Amino acid sequence: MKTKKLIALEGNQAIALAMKQIDPDVVAAYPITPQTEIVQVFSEYVANGEVHTEFVTVESEHSAMSACIGASAAGARTMTATSSQGLALMWEMLYIASGARLPIVMTVVNRALSSPINIHCDHSDAMGARDSGWIQLWSETAQEAYDNVIQAIRIAEEVNLPVMVNMDGFITSHAEEVIEPLEDEEVKSFIGEYKPIRSLLDVEHPFTVGPLALQDSYFEFKRSQAEAYKRVIPVVRNVAEEFARITGRKYDLFETYNLEDAEIGLVVLNSTAGTAKEVIDVLRREGKKVGLLKPRLFRPLPVEELKGALSNLKVIGVMDRADTFGGFGGPLFTDIRSLLYDLPNRPLITDYIYGLGGRDVTMDQIYKVFENLESIYRTGRVENLISYIGVRE
Amino acid sequence: MPVNIKELSRKEDRLTGGHRLCAGCGASIAVRQILLAIDKPVVVANATGCLEVATTIYPYTAWKTPWIHSAFENAASTISGVEAAYQSLKRQGKITEDIAFVAFGGDGGTYDIGFQALSGAMERNHRILYICYDNEAYMNTGIQRSSATPMGAWTTTSPVGKVRPGKLGRKKDIVASIAEQGAAYVAQASISNFRDLIEKVRKAVSIDGASFINVLSPCPRGWRTDTSETVNIARLAVETCFWPLYEVENGKWKINYVPRQKLPVTEYLKPQGRFAHLFRPENAHLLEEIQKEVDAKWDLLQKKAQLLQ
Repeated sequence: MKTKKLIALEGNQAIALAMKQIDPDVVAAYPITPQTEIVQVFSEYVANGEVHTEFVTVESEHSAMSACIGASAAGARTMTATSSQGLALMWEMLYIASGARLPIVMTVVNRALSSPINIHCDHSDAMGARDSGWIQLWSETAQEAYDNVIQAIRIAEEVNLPVMVNMDGFITSHAEEVIEPLEDEEVKSFIGEYKPIRSLLDVEHPFTVGPLALQDSYFEFKRSQAEAYKRVIPVVRNVAEEFARITGRKYDLFETYNLEDAEIGLVVLNSTAGTAKEVIDVLRREGKKVGLLKPRLFRPLPVEELKGALSNLKVIGVMDRADTFGGFGGPLFTDIRSLLYDLPNRPLITDYIYGLGGRDVTMDQIYKVFENLESIYRTGRVENLISYIGVRE
Repeated sequence: MPVNIKELSRKEDRLTGGHRLCAGCGASIAVRQILLAIDKPVVVANATGCLEVATTIYPYTAWKTPWIHSAFENAASTISGVEAAYQSLKRQGKITEDIAFVAFGGDGGTYDIGFQALSGAMERNHRILYICYDNEAYMNTGIQRSSATPMGAWTTTSPVGKVRPGKLGRKKDIVASIAEQGAAYVAQASISNFRDLIEKVRKAVSIDGASFINVLSPCPRGWRTDTSETVNIARLAVETCFWPLYEVENGKWKINYVPRQKLPVTEYLKPQGRFAHLFRPENAHLLEEIQKEVDAKWDLLQKKAQLLQ
């Protein structure tokens, strides 16, 4: 057995390394905190001739995604990365990338949206884009983000849809972590050569990308797009299985932690899941039947699989690092609560909105969450469907 | 190489008939001439606008060449991406053809909402040609003023009212802006002077860098002109020096055409319904102001051509 190569990298450096190993044909990107280092490190690879990539240093994120769309339609394996306002500025183009069925892969280093301006982590950026037709993968650690980016290439190109890989701004992007990267050759053979179905550069076979589709055809385009997402779940699983064969690292649609016999479960995305696992370990030692579900594939939402995993719980706490102002709790909560509706014995469910704008989430806060969930378990009543934690009120 | 109209007439049109642009549309004349001028394969990016909506109504397309539309403000960034893909794949030996990359945008998509993307693409110096078909207003949405609308013109958002005589203020000088930015090749052309237009396009696509050509493309609907008069109106714009034909190559300014006898600007304005109100007695001062503006700009252009040759 070969020895494992372990290196210490910050999350952003790990993403840049994944991009170097993928060696995309085109990267078009614009710097924004906390994503900037991805662009900087990648620029060095370009400057040193370590990649074949044509690197387009655009003048805005809107142009970043526009150039990615042009490049992808021209048959290039295309990647980018952004955060927060950058993703918001791309919003118009996100729908065009997915509607045109272009397999672009983008890392989103999650950061709060203005106003007030804030550069730190929450999930309001990616959550705002959750209906844009991008597949969304979420990552607890830099290792997961690195692994997700590599798998995202395969997923995107197999289903002809763009993929967004999320990781927490600063918490993951700027923290140094021990990473076990793949060898360059392993990445190369795992992703294979990109063979686009059609390309604008195939001048012998001209075709029209982005035509006007009116009342008689637009709906059919959108209906067929909706169908495409059904293929995503098996593809994500197959790609994960193949990835596990190379690396030993197992991924699925979501990760469960002590969930099988749990009566109380927490649903939480990204880095906070790590903190929650520590708390669960302590509570388990105290004999409490608590567990966790951490979604990895959030779009498309694996409804049946989530139902299966959550159906035996008595009480579910959802932690949302984003709000839906004027809506009905955080975006994760509304999805989870909705998919439980059809269960014969619906668990009780409550939402905790936390950590906006990079507010630290501590183990203490999560103990309190579990205390609250236990009291719901005991009383059988949810007093506050939606509560805000870790905030002065 | 001299422009041979007989040869051009035998080439296959890359924008075929059957599209739904209006009779007398200047944009389709411009596009056909420009694509005929290029001898190699062409990939086209198109900003949202008349040209895009009228030529690609699904399931039909009038384009016999690879074509992409993604949004309104980003034809320059979209073609940047296409060209980047080309550079990358060519370097990797995955593609061998020599291909030209051309973006078309109207004045709204170029002077206004697409100005940033255009500026960025020119600065990055992609090997692209960006064509603005300038019809001096947002025609696709129904004749709203843009920063390309000339002073005094009626549009639906610069209407002629009791206190306002059409558009206030001057037209943005986009050619000078892009030229001063340092783009490799920048020019102004008109559909009325097809030899000049074709030569400019050929020069632009032969340059290893970004080029921009602004082409006057009259719109009978928006300009309130007869559909048979499109080319004549464009010619009057040139003959009055309202629309001089010139180019800026590596910082050198060159006037490509000097009218034998510079006509008064009223010759150009008179046949257009959008300027009809300017010929009322109370607006005589506006006509004078427009003439002064044309004269001053023509004078400045001549000075630049002398000084920066």
